[in-house]
Amino acid sequence: MKYEVVIGLEVHAELSTQSKAFCGCSTKFGAVPNTQCCPVCIGMPGVLPVINKKALEYTIKAGLALNCRIARYTKMDRKNYFYPDLPRACQISQYDVPVCQNGYLDIVVNGQTRRIGINRIHLEEDAGKLLHDQYADSTLVDLNRSGVPLIEIVTEPDLRSAEEAKVFLETLRSILRYIDVSDCKMEEGSLRCDVNISVRPEGQKEFGVRTEMKNLNSFRAVYRAIEYEANRQISILEEGGTVLRETRRWDDSAGKSFSMRAKEHAQDYRYFPEPDLPPIEIDDEWVEEIRKQIPELPAQKQRRYVEEFGLPEYDAGILTSSRDLADYFERCVKLYENPKTISNWLMGDFLRLVNEKNIEISDVPVTPENLVKLFKLIDSKVISGPIAKTVFEEMFDTGKDPEAIVEEKGLKQITDRDELVKVIKKVLAENPKSVEDYKNGKKKALGFLVGQTMKATKGKANPQLVNEILLEELEK
Amino acid sequence: MELYKLTVHEAADLINKREVTSQQIVQSTLQQINEVDKDVKAFITLADERALEESRQLDASVADEEGLSVLAGIPFGVEDNICTEGVRTTCASKMLENFVPPYSATVVSRIAQQKGILMGKLNTDEFSMGLTTESSYFHETRNPWDLNRIAGGASAGAAAAVAADEVFYALATDTGGSLRRAAAFCGVVGLKPTYGMVSRYGVISSGSSMDQVGPVAKDVKDCAIVFQAIAGRDMADPMTAKAMTSNYVQALADDVNGLRIGLLRECFDQGVDKDVKDAVLNAVKSLEGLGAHVEEVSLPSIEHAPAAYCVILSAEASSNLGRYDGIKYGYRVERCQDLDELYKKTRTQGFGDEVKLRVMLGTYALSAGNYERYYLQALKIRTIIKNEFEKAFEKFDIIVLPTCPTTALRFGDKVDNALAIFLADKYTAPASIAGLPAITVPCGFDTKGLPIGMQFIGKAFDESTLFRAAFTFEQNTDYHIKRPAIDWR
Repeated sequence: MKYEVVIGLEVHAELSTQSKAFCGCSTKFGAVPNTQCCPVCIGMPGVLPVINKKALEYTIKAGLALNCRIARYTKMDRKNYFYPDLPRACQISQYDVPVCQNGYLDIVVNGQTRRIGINRIHLEEDAGKLLHDQYADSTLVDLNRSGVPLIEIVTEPDLRSAEEAKVFLETLRSILRYIDVSDCKMEEGSLRCDVNISVRPEGQKEFGVRTEMKNLNSFRAVYRAIEYEANRQISILEEGGTVLRETRRWDDSAGKSFSMRAKEHAQDYRYFPEPDLPPIEIDDEWVEEIRKQIPELPAQKQRRYVEEFGLPEYDAGILTSSRDLADYFERCVKLYENPKTISNWLMGDFLRLVNEKNIEISDVPVTPENLVKLFKLIDSKVISGPIAKTVFEEMFDTGKDPEAIVEEKGLKQITDRDELVKVIKKVLAENPKSVEDYKNGKKKALGFLVGQTMKATKGKANPQLVNEILLEELEK
Repeated sequence: MELYKLTVHEAADLINKREVTSQQIVQSTLQQINEVDKDVKAFITLADERALEESRQLDASVADEEGLSVLAGIPFGVEDNICTEGVRTTCASKMLENFVPPYSATVVSRIAQQKGILMGKLNTDEFSMGLTTESSYFHETRNPWDLNRIAGGASAGAAAAVAADEVFYALATDTGGSLRRAAAFCGVVGLKPTYGMVSRYGVISSGSSMDQVGPVAKDVKDCAIVFQAIAGRDMADPMTAKAMTSNYVQALADDVNGLRIGLLRECFDQGVDKDVKDAVLNAVKSLEGLGAHVEEVSLPSIEHAPAAYCVILSAEASSNLGRYDGIKYGYRVERCQDLDELYKKTRTQGFGDEVKLRVMLGTYALSAGNYERYYLQALKIRTIIKNEFEKAFEKFDIIVLPTCPTTALRFGDKVDNALAIFLADKYTAPASIAGLPAITVPCGFDTKGLPIGMQFIGKAFDESTLFRAAFTFEQNTDYHIKRPAIDWR
């Protein structure tokens, strides 16, 4: 029997506000434990939360970018449970009136566009962190993260494969970064994802019994966990068993999931409206103001790059995958008329070095002005293509002007015909065997001789001219 | 002169004329505390050294001609569920027996800015849950009018301290009537402000949607002076209203001419002691004689107020008290096998019975399936009661009723009268769940010589009218001047 996999995601993204959701503490990642907290976020007696309007704004912004309906009246609720990382024993969250509802996100998988429903997005606060490793006999609590604003994005059960889930997450991440509401770093925990998954015989209308998978720390883990869980459920069904409704924990190094708790042991969170915060009214004017702040999103941008700059779909996809890269590209395009050249450089050496050096695009020292200068040096045959690569690497290291580098290092291309003839004659004299080969019809030998000439000129010879002269000389 | 017997405005006058110093007043008050508190037991923590030091500094720093705030240099007390920076704040619980907050409640900071002198922390029921202070982890506070009787609850320490001249005034909380009941039992003035009028920041939450801080004072003028100092928007409490506060002290007028008073029918029927009923009706008659229009008004739904109050308070408190888990501060049971045991033992040993009862009730009321049946239902009753009040206030400026159906009970009566005490909520809980301001003023004594309180409930944010009615009554009577005949000394 063929089975269909049904997947829904619950994504938590930490909002990149300067301060926490309900107090003024910093949200900066990586500080010394318990240095970014105050009486409010450590739940001292008698303190009260005050909502960070920015956090609400970011939630609305995410909702608009994901085509949601924005509530005009909403409220915060309390979710009650005991855990040492939750200092008030209740989390401020939203229960029945989330800020955003009924949205969607279009994703492209294998050239097909799929519309994935967004059930809701709500605002809540993060908990602290437990540190188990410092001492064998005790657990420490770090409350720096306590109260950091989070949005929880819940999809409809519209995803049908691990691949779709992965693409959805990539697309979502790219959008959240574009609109600047979250930095979405899975390794720092600012993007987290739980997966709900069930299988059903193809063609069946009713959903199968679902399980919830936790502890997914990378997109790869999400992908692998879905594959694993789908297979596990299918095997159970094929052996005539029944899938249990439960929460499972993914162990990435083992490549397996383990049962955490059955659903019937689900906690009763005793949600009720947060009595310390007034209900929230969101007016049209504010929503429109926020809507205006939303930049062109990646999908639109990609379409425009294809239409406006004649770029291949693939190039446009890569260039628009991050807002910083797209911005960089557009600054170059304003200064230089050949978009494809820019695209080739950005997708090639530029991104290669960004990845190798593991830096942010915004930290690349090469300005678009200097990159364009480099292109112009190539176009006007001042330097050759291979030399340009060397120059670019230096620019990437030092941020220097390419003209200065060429000048300093004497990298100007040799375009003086007489000078090159001299070099080539010497190369031919030193390589009689290759000349012989060429004359005997081994055309490959030409490449070798070009290489030798370039070597002799330290790469500075104009390659076209070298070719031309070599052919002339060999014909003699 | 027995300085400790003065009111705030009398003492402020003497300080401003430089006839007495803050130190003299503080010393005199400390003497009185030494004298009587071993019997009254109003204090949990006495901040005597700090108070003396503060008054010394104040006297030293004040220039001859400098005008001082009316509260400057004058001793006050704070109910022990309100945080005071550097001074132990216990909530009368073992759970917080050694908790010293690193911050002050906004109300305390506001008094501190005016150079008020904090004398110490006053007894209350554990987490302000109770009617007698019998649930206090420390001791029971006794009524200065009769030491065998309760001084009310939870704010008994505040009311008893003011009645026994141990402080000039006190800040106390009122969630369902705590402050008003205690003030009435002790024959002093107490105001529960409109919800949102006074900041709750630093006030240890009990029923968050009803908790308010108000003054307990020797007379209405003092009450208005203190209210003026603590009221108003606070950015740290988002539930405080943006509305500007008026000048309540200047607005005090001996004038109720034309004031429309509604006599709350449901609170004069069965269940009220005859003495209490007679005293309040007499008081109303005297207001009528001063030009007020008095008419009966009915709020039929308030009979449901105690039940709704009980559910809302328990639900909110059950969540608010979750933070006392032994992890970060407060009491913790050591050497536990696992986290569950730590939680269970800490909370079992750290909380008393009354608190556990509320936590269990509230947890039950919020649990899946019960939420609609209890919590939501209680919220609906709250809305109905609010609406009834609103309608009544189309016709009336204030509503009058007894603060309590009885005078102070004897210790130990509690068990026999558990239901009676629950029903006492009928008199104070309506204003609480509707978020309305209510003031209690002394209006007579019963045959045993115990004080009786009369309560006015006003429109939201209309404390001015409450003050006016109360002030006028006071100007024309002398109940507020009477102090307990402290022959037990």
